[in-house]
This record gives sequence, structure tokens and C-alpha cells, in this order.
Amino acid sequence: MTTIAPEETAREAVFDATVAAEERIEPRDWMPDAYRSTLVRQIAQHAHSEIIGMQPEANWITRAPSLRRKAILMAKVQDEAGHGLYLYSAAETLGTGRDELLDKLHSGRQKYSSIFNYPTLTWADVGAIGWLVDGAAITNQVPLCRCSYGPYARAMVRICKEESFHQRQGYELLLTLSRGTEAQHAMAQDAVDRWWWPSLMMFGPPDDESSHSAQSMAWKIKRHSNDELRQRFVDICVPQAETLGLTLPDPDLTWNEERGHWDFGPIDWAEFREVLKGNGPCNEQRISRRRQAHEEGAWVREAAAAHAAKHGKATR
Amino acid sequence: MRDTVTTPALPLGDDALILSHRLGEWAGQAPVLEEEVALANIALDLLGQARVLLSLAGDEDELAYLREEREFRNLQLVEQPNGDFAHTIARQLYFSTYQELLFEQLADGDTELAPLAGKAVKEVAYHRDHATQWTLRLGDGTDESRTRMQHALDALWRFTGEMFEPVPGLESLPWATFHDVWTTRITATVEQATLRLPEGPQRGAWTAGAGRQGLHTEPFGRLLAEMQHLHRSHPGATW
Repeated sequence: MTTIAPEETAREAVFDATVAAEERIEPRDWMPDAYRSTLVRQIAQHAHSEIIGMQPEANWITRAPSLRRKAILMAKVQDEAGHGLYLYSAAETLGTGRDELLDKLHSGRQKYSSIFNYPTLTWADVGAIGWLVDGAAITNQVPLCRCSYGPYARAMVRICKEESFHQRQGYELLLTLSRGTEAQHAMAQDAVDRWWWPSLMMFGPPDDESSHSAQSMAWKIKRHSNDELRQRFVDICVPQAETLGLTLPDPDLTWNEERGHWDFGPIDWAEFREVLKGNGPCNEQRISRRRQAHEEGAWVREAAAAHAAKHGKATR
Repeated sequence: MRDTVTTPALPLGDDALILSHRLGEWAGQAPVLEEEVALANIALDLLGQARVLLSLAGDEDELAYLREEREFRNLQLVEQPNGDFAHTIARQLYFSTYQELLFEQLADGDTELAPLAGKAVKEVAYHRDHATQWTLRLGDGTDESRTRMQHALDALWRFTGEMFEPVPGLESLPWATFHDVWTTRITATVEQATLRLPEGPQRGAWTAGAGRQGLHTEPFGRLLAEMQHLHRSHPGATW
């Protein structure tokens, strides 16, 4: 049996009281090891998702059909790189370096959001990602602005502002296509048909199968359950789809007067598990591309470090 | 019909448009996250310049998406493939140093380009600083980075001469002075980076001024094919 030193118990009591009082835990504060490792895992996974998430959209930068759209898309992909930077910095306050986290991404020991393993096949996918994927991300992330860990909560405030801007742009892109030519409308509908279910999977497994949820809720890292957030997202999207003049690919979608929510059909969790295991349509491509960029850039990073060492400048 | 457009805004807009496109190809592939942000930032600045300039010449999307290779007036330098990071940096160093000189002059003038040049010159100073800093890091970094940076400077050198062929409509600008100042600035950076200025002719028989006359290098056709494909597939659509 392990004995717990009295000062340890006292620190734990301070931590618990801070969390209970809705105050923030800061980098120098004592925190349980499991709280620290849960946060490192979650923040790193979040950062990795921003970085990998650049790929499906960057796929369309060189083919954007107007200069205005091209500028919007470039700015968005740039924002995602910036979000990755904020988040790696937040993770670093917990004592794990960016290099170590990137290494875990490249070797498959840390994950990124399953959604980015789907391909962007047409221009309309850029709009569907903005509306649905960023929309789901915001639904997930807004509560994180009140997360108990200060650096993460503050990063999320900045990120959510930019994300909601991206989401509106995606919606407006789809609206333009939906009201455009017949071919554009069909392109928009096809994209929504392909992205709807994967977006619902972004909220994670159903509550009764979500292993980390209870502890994360107790620590006030997480504020709502996966299923609650998923329901909130569906309720927001249904009327938006109607305004867009597009349908959602779910025959079971019906308004439930009693619950005051939209009922929706069953999610294909077998597909979700396959994608998480690495068997989605783009898992291999995404991670290879990321590794390739990192490996091909090694000589550049080495040069910067060597130059800084010679000239006595600080390097990261 | 578009051949009748003679404003100097067109060649300068084409430079910015095509270089922005090349930099956009880096998205998701940069050697370090900070460079994802920096390269996208520069690409966005250039795209912003291109939109203003092309709008002075006509409809920005019509000009970007519906002209063919022989109608583009950009420098051959900016259409060169990204290559490795050193090639991208060498291209940025050569072009941003040129663009800064040109825009400084235009900002002080009274042409229709003055307002754009006045705003863009601040962006371009940042682009030049970025390219200069990386030239120093790569040149005076490791053996490998020095070799790569020297190779990149050498490989792109022959495309630099055309920058000093007067742009139609801007013949009165001091082109010879641009060349002198450009050479002085590039030499200073290259020497500080412990590299040497490339040897050989700067104005090849084919490259000098060719891009400005619509004569491009082979990679350019593919760039346009990719850039224009979707727009051309839906004639008359709005996006």
C-alpha cells in the first residue's frame, strides 16, 4: 500500500477546491498526474487535428474558383497553423515539448480528429467542412473556453472566435453554390451528403462507451457529454440546412415535440472505429504527407539551429 | 480582346498572382509550423495586391481564370516551381527586393498604381526581411543548407535579368538604378550569408523580358491548368 504524504493530501485539497470554485488551474499549480496527462493528450490531439486538418483544405487552394475564395481559403489554412501553434504552446505549459508531441503524431502514438481522414473531392467540400466540421468543432470547443486549465481555456477563446468566422464563410460558400447553377447545387448537396455523418462522429463515441468522459467532467475539463453536444449540433444544423436549400442524408430525422429536439438515425460506429484504427480513406495519406513535410524540412530546422548557435541567438 | 489591356497594372498583377499561387502550394508542407504561417501570410499579401492590380486592368477573375498562357505578362521568375525551401527563399529574395524598389518608386509617383504601391510597400518590406533572414540562416547554417542555398541562388539567377526590362507603360521609371540598387542589396545579403553571387549572364537571350511578352517556361502551363480548371468547367457560374 502506498502512503500519501500529508502535504500531498493538502495540495490535492487545494486543487479540488480550485476546480470546485470554477477557478483556473495554472501551469505552476500542483495538479494530479492523471489530470496533467489527460490534458496533454487532449490538447496535443487538438493541436495535431489543426495541423492535419490543413491538408484536406489545402488540397483546394490551388484550384479555388475565384480570387476572393482563394484568399478566404488561404487565410483559413493560415489560421489553422496559428491554432496549432497556440495549442502546442498550451501543451508545453504542462511540461511536454512540441518536438516530442510531433514525434508522437508522426509515429501514430497520438491521434487527431477522425474527420480529417475523409477526402475533399470537390470544391463544395470546402464549404461543407466550414459549415459542418467547423460547426461541430465550435459546438465542442465553446465549452472548453471555461475549461479548468487556464492556458487551454484562453487558447480556446481565441480559437473559437476565428472558427466561428470560418464556419460562417463555409456556410456562405455552400449557400452561393446551392443558389447557383444546377451543377453547383448538385455539388453542394453531394458534399453535405458525404460530410454529415462523419461530422456527427466528431463528438466521439456515445456516452455509455466514452472511457474518459466521467473523469474529465469531474475535473471540469469537459462540460457536456458527447451525446448532449451531438444533439445540440443536430438541432442547430437542421434549420440551417433548410435555409441552405439542402437536405441532410438521414431519413429518420424528425422533430420530437416531447423532447424538444430532433431525433436522428443511428450512426455507423463500425465505420468510426475503423477510421480511428487507421483504416479510413485518407489516414495513410495524411500521416505520410505530414511525416514527409517534417523529414524534408529537417535540414531547414538544423540550419536555423546552427545559425542561431553561431550567432548566439536563442532558438526554440 | 484581352490583348488590348495595356495598363502596367496587368504585368505587376500577374507577378503577384502567380507568386502567390506558388506559395499557396506550400500549405501543409512547410518545414516548421511558423513557416506555414509566414508563407501563407506572404501568399495572402501578394494575392491581395494581385486583386487590386488586376481590378485596375479589368475583371480580376476573368483575367486570372480565362486568359491563356501566352496572354500572361508575369516574370518567368515567379512561375518557377517551388523546389526545396532554399529555392523558394531564393525566389522570394530576388523578387521581393525588386518589388520593394519598384513599389517605393510607384508610391511616390502619380500613376493609378500609387495608392496600391503605398500600401503594399510595407508588406513587401516584410517579405524581403523574411527572405533575407532565411538566406542568412541557410547560407550560414550547416554545410548542407549552404550548398542548397548556393544552388538555389545559382539556379534562379538567369531569371533575374528580365526584372529590369522596363514594364510597358512605366518606361520612365529609373530601371538602370533599380538594377544597381537591387544588385547592391542582393550582394550584401549573399555575402553576409557567406555565399557568392552567381556568375554568368543575368540576361539570357530567351529569358530577358520574355515573360512580359507572354513567353513563359514549361511549368507555367501546368500551373494555369490547375488554377483555372474548376472555373473554366462552369462557364458563367458565380462562386
